Amino acid sequence: MAAGVAAWLPFARAAAIGWMPVANLPMPVAPSNKNKHQDELIILNVSGRRFQTWRNTLDRYPDTLLGSSEKEFFFNEETREYFFDRDPDVFRSILNFYRTGKLHYPRYECISAYDEELAFFGIIPEIISDCCYEEYKDRKRENVERLMDDLEDNKDSKLPNMTFRETMWRAFENPHTSTMALVFYYVTGFFIAISVITNVVETVPCGYMPNQRDIPCGERYTEAFFCMDTACVMIFTVEYLMRLFAAPSRYRFMRSVMSIIDVVAILPYYIGLVMTNNEDVSGAFVTLRVFRVFRIFKFSRHSQGLRILGYTLKSCASELGFLLFSLTMAIIIFATVMFYAEKGSSSSKFTSIPASFWYTIVTMTTLGYGDMVPKTIAGKIFGSICSLSGVLVIALPVPVIVSNFSRIYHQNQRADKRRAQKVQKARLSRMRITKSGSSSAFPHSKRNGLNQSLELTGSLEEDQQLKKTTSLLESQHHHLLHCLEKTTNHEFVDERLYEQGYLQTALQNFPSQSPSLSSEEGITGTCCSQRTKKSMQPLSATHTHSHTHNLQELSALHIQCGEQQPLNTSRSSLNLMSDESGSLNCKSSGLVTTAIISIPTPPSNNYRASPDAPTPPNPDAPPLPNPGTDVVKISAL
Amino acid sequence: MSAPVKRTQWDEDPTLFRKDHGLSKKVLLNCCLVRWIISWASPNKKDSVEDELELSAVRHRPEALELLEAQTRFSRKELQILYRGFKNECPSGVVNEDTFKEIYAQFFPQGDASTYAHFLFNAFDTDHNGSVSFEDFVMGLSILLRGTVQEKLNWAFNLYDINKDGYITKEEMLDIIKSIYDMMGKCTYPILKEETPRQHVEIFFQKMDKNRDGVVTIDEFIDCCQNDENIMRSMQLFENVI
Repeated sequence: MAAGVAAWLPFARAAAIGWMPVANLPMPVAPSNKNKHQDELIILNVSGRRFQTWRNTLDRYPDTLLGSSEKEFFFNEETREYFFDRDPDVFRSILNFYRTGKLHYPRYECISAYDEELAFFGIIPEIISDCCYEEYKDRKRENVERLMDDLEDNKDSKLPNMTFRETMWRAFENPHTSTMALVFYYVTGFFIAISVITNVVETVPCGYMPNQRDIPCGERYTEAFFCMDTACVMIFTVEYLMRLFAAPSRYRFMRSVMSIIDVVAILPYYIGLVMTNNEDVSGAFVTLRVFRVFRIFKFSRHSQGLRILGYTLKSCASELGFLLFSLTMAIIIFATVMFYAEKGSSSSKFTSIPASFWYTIVTMTTLGYGDMVPKTIAGKIFGSICSLSGVLVIALPVPVIVSNFSRIYHQNQRADKRRAQKVQKARLSRMRITKSGSSSAFPHSKRNGLNQSLELTGSLEEDQQLKKTTSLLESQHHHLLHCLEKTTNHEFVDERLYEQGYLQTALQNFPSQSPSLSSEEGITGTCCSQRTKKSMQPLSATHTHSHTHNLQELSALHIQCGEQQPLNTSRSSLNLMSDESGSLNCKSSGLVTTAIISIPTPPSNNYRASPDAPTPPNPDAPPLPNPGTDVVKISAL
Repeated sequence: MSAPVKRTQWDEDPTLFRKDHGLSKKVLLNCCLVRWIISWASPNKKDSVEDELELSAVRHRPEALELLEAQTRFSRKELQILYRGFKNECPSGVVNEDTFKEIYAQFFPQGDASTYAHFLFNAFDTDHNGSVSFEDFVMGLSILLRGTVQEKLNWAFNLYDINKDGYITKEEMLDIIKSIYDMMGKCTYPILKEETPRQHVEIFFQKMDKNRDGVVTIDEFIDCCQNDENIMRSMQLFENVI
C-alpha cells in the first residue's frame, strides 16, 4: 500500500460499511487503537539543524530507520529529541521522501555521500523517482568506472601465476605492461606504415623506358617491392597467429572486427601467390591488390581515437541513414526536374536522369565542378534552388553526428551501455519485488500472523508484541481486506499458490465421499488437511486448534470425527499425512472445527482431507511457508 | 474558485426570470436557444482535457473549520487530521473520479476496485457535480463513522440504489456485488465462479425483499438490517477509525 494514501485508510475503512448489509458472515474484530495518542510532532536534530514532522509521517515507511523503532537508539533524553550526527543537507531529501512519497536526488550532492546517507537511513536507492533516477544512475556509473579505472591501474602489475598464454594476451591487449609488448607494438606499427607506404609508392611513376612512357615504380623495381610485401605479410601473419594462439576464446577472437581486418589485409598476398600470371585472372588479381589498403585499418589497434570514430559511425547509423535517405530523395527530385528543364536546350549534357544525378550531387554538396551546367532559364532557376537546398539538407544531420562523436569520445560508452541495461533490469526487478511484496502482503501476513499467534499461548503481552511487529496501519489495512474476504466468502491467496492450487485441482479428481453440502448451511463432511512430513507436534495440536478458533471467528463447522476415519484409506498421493496424528486429534476433540483460512503450521490442523464432489476445484494448496511439500486443503464452505 | 462561482450563476438565473413573467418566457427561450446553438456550434468544448485543466485550475477552499465542526460530528482536531490527509493527495482541494479510483485502488492491490470506487464516488458526491470536495468527503465520513445506525443504513441504501429512485432492483444489486467481488481479484480461494455474485444477490433478496415484489425499498432494507444481528454488529465495527 502506498504510504502516501495512508491518510485515506480511515476513509477506505469507513466505506467498508457499504459491504456490511451484503455480507452473510460476521466480520472480524477490528484492531484496536490502544495506544491512540494524539498525533504529535517529533523533533529530529540532524547535526544541529532541527527538523520537525508528525510522528505519523515517519511511520509511513516502517522498514526504514526513521519509521521503525530503530530511531529510539538516537533518542536524546535531556533534549527530548532524536539526534543524528549526519549531513543535514542530504537529510532534507530523505525527510521529503517521507512527506511526499518521492525520493529526489539533488544534483549538487556527491554520489557516494548520498549513497551512504541512504544506506544509513535504510532507504534503497531504487525508490528514487523517475525525475532524478537517470541522473543518479549516470553519476553512479561514472563513479564506478572511475573506481574501476583506478583498480585497473593498480592491477596492471603482473600477477604471480599467469600462464604463458595469458601473459601473451595481456601483452597484446595492453602494450604498456611490459617492454617486450611495447617493442612488439611499435614494430608492428612500423611495418603497417611501411606496407602502406609501399603500396602508395608502387604506383608513383619513376623513370622512363626507351619507348617514352612513364612506368610506375612498382613495375620497375618489381623484386624489391615484392620483397617488402613479403616481409610485411610475414610479420602480419606471425602476429595474427600469435594473437590467435593467445586469445582466451579463439572463436570470439576470430569473429572480432580487428581479426577480420587482419585476415583481409594478408589474404590478397596469399591468393596472389597461389594464382599464376594468367591473363584472364590478372584482372581479378589487380582488384585483390586494392584490398591491401585495408592494412591501414590495422592502425586502429594503435589509436583509440580511430576506434571511437568507428564506434561513433556505428552508433550514429540512424542519423547517417537519415542523411543518406534525404539526400537520395533530394537528388532524385532535382535530377528529374533538371532533366526535364534542360530537355529543350540543344547540346545539353543532361542526357538522362541518371546523368543528371551527377550534376545534382555536385551542386548539392556545393562542389560545382562545372562540367555540367544548365543553360535554360528554368534550368538555372532550379539549379539555384538545388544548391540552396543542398546546403540545408547536409547541414542538418551533421551536427548530430558531431555531437554524438564528442559525447562518445568523452564518455566512452560502449561497455557502459551494456552494464546500464543490466542495471535497469535489476532495478525493475527490485521494484517489482517490493510491489508484489505489498500486494501479497496480506496473504503473507495472514500466514505470519497466524503462525505467530499459534505459537504464542495467547497471553495479552504476546498479543501486543504481535501487534508491534506489524504497524497499526498495516493491521488496519489487513483488517479491511479481511472484512472483504468475509463479505464475499472467498479468500485472498498468493498468486504462486493460486497457480499451484489450480494445477493441483486440475490434476486430481477425488471420488466423492462426503454427503452433499450446500454452502449456506455450511455443514460438510470435509475438513482441512495440511501436512508436511517434517514437523509433527501432535501435543500442541489441541492448543493451537482452540486458539485458532478464538482468533479467527470462523464459521465453525462441526464434523463427526467418526466419519473421518474411513476416509483415511481414500487418501490421495498428495497427502503425506501419517495416521497417528490424525487419529490423535480426532480423539482429543470429538467435534472438530475446521479452519477456513490457511493455517500454515503443519501440526495445527491435522485433519483428514476428502473432497466433496459438487465443488470440483476442490483441494487448493494453502499458502505454505515451504512450497516444496505437497499440501491439500479444503475449505469448508 | 471558478467552480463555486459558476454554480451560483446558474442559481441566480431562474430567480431573475421568475420575477418578470412577461419577458421571462421569451428571454428564457432565447437564452436556451443561444446556449443550445453555442453548444452545438462548438461541440468539442467539453473535452476531457479541458475538463482536467478546469479541474486542476480550480482551487477549492473548504468552508471554515467552525462551520464544518458544526455540520459534522467530528472534533476540530479530527477535522484537521482529515484535511491534512485529504490535501496531501488532492492539492487542488477536490477529488475527481479518476483520482478517487486511483486512491481507492491502492488499498486493494489484488483486484480491480474501480467499479466499486465509482459507486462510492457517486455516493459521496451528493450534489452530483463530478467532484468530491472536502465538505462532501467529511459529511460522508461523519455519517459513516459517527452516525446513528439509521443514518448508516440510509447511506448504504443510497449506495446500492444506483439510479437513486428509491428501489434496489436485482440488476443494481448485481452490479454492486459484482464490483465487490471484482475487488477480490483473480487469486482467491476458492476460485471465484461466474454464478457466485448472482447467488449472493439471490440470498440478499431472499433476506431483504419481504413482499417478494422484486425490489427492496428503504423501509424493507432498514427493517431487515435492524433485525439481523450480524449486520448490526458489523455496523459498529468502525466506530473508532479516526
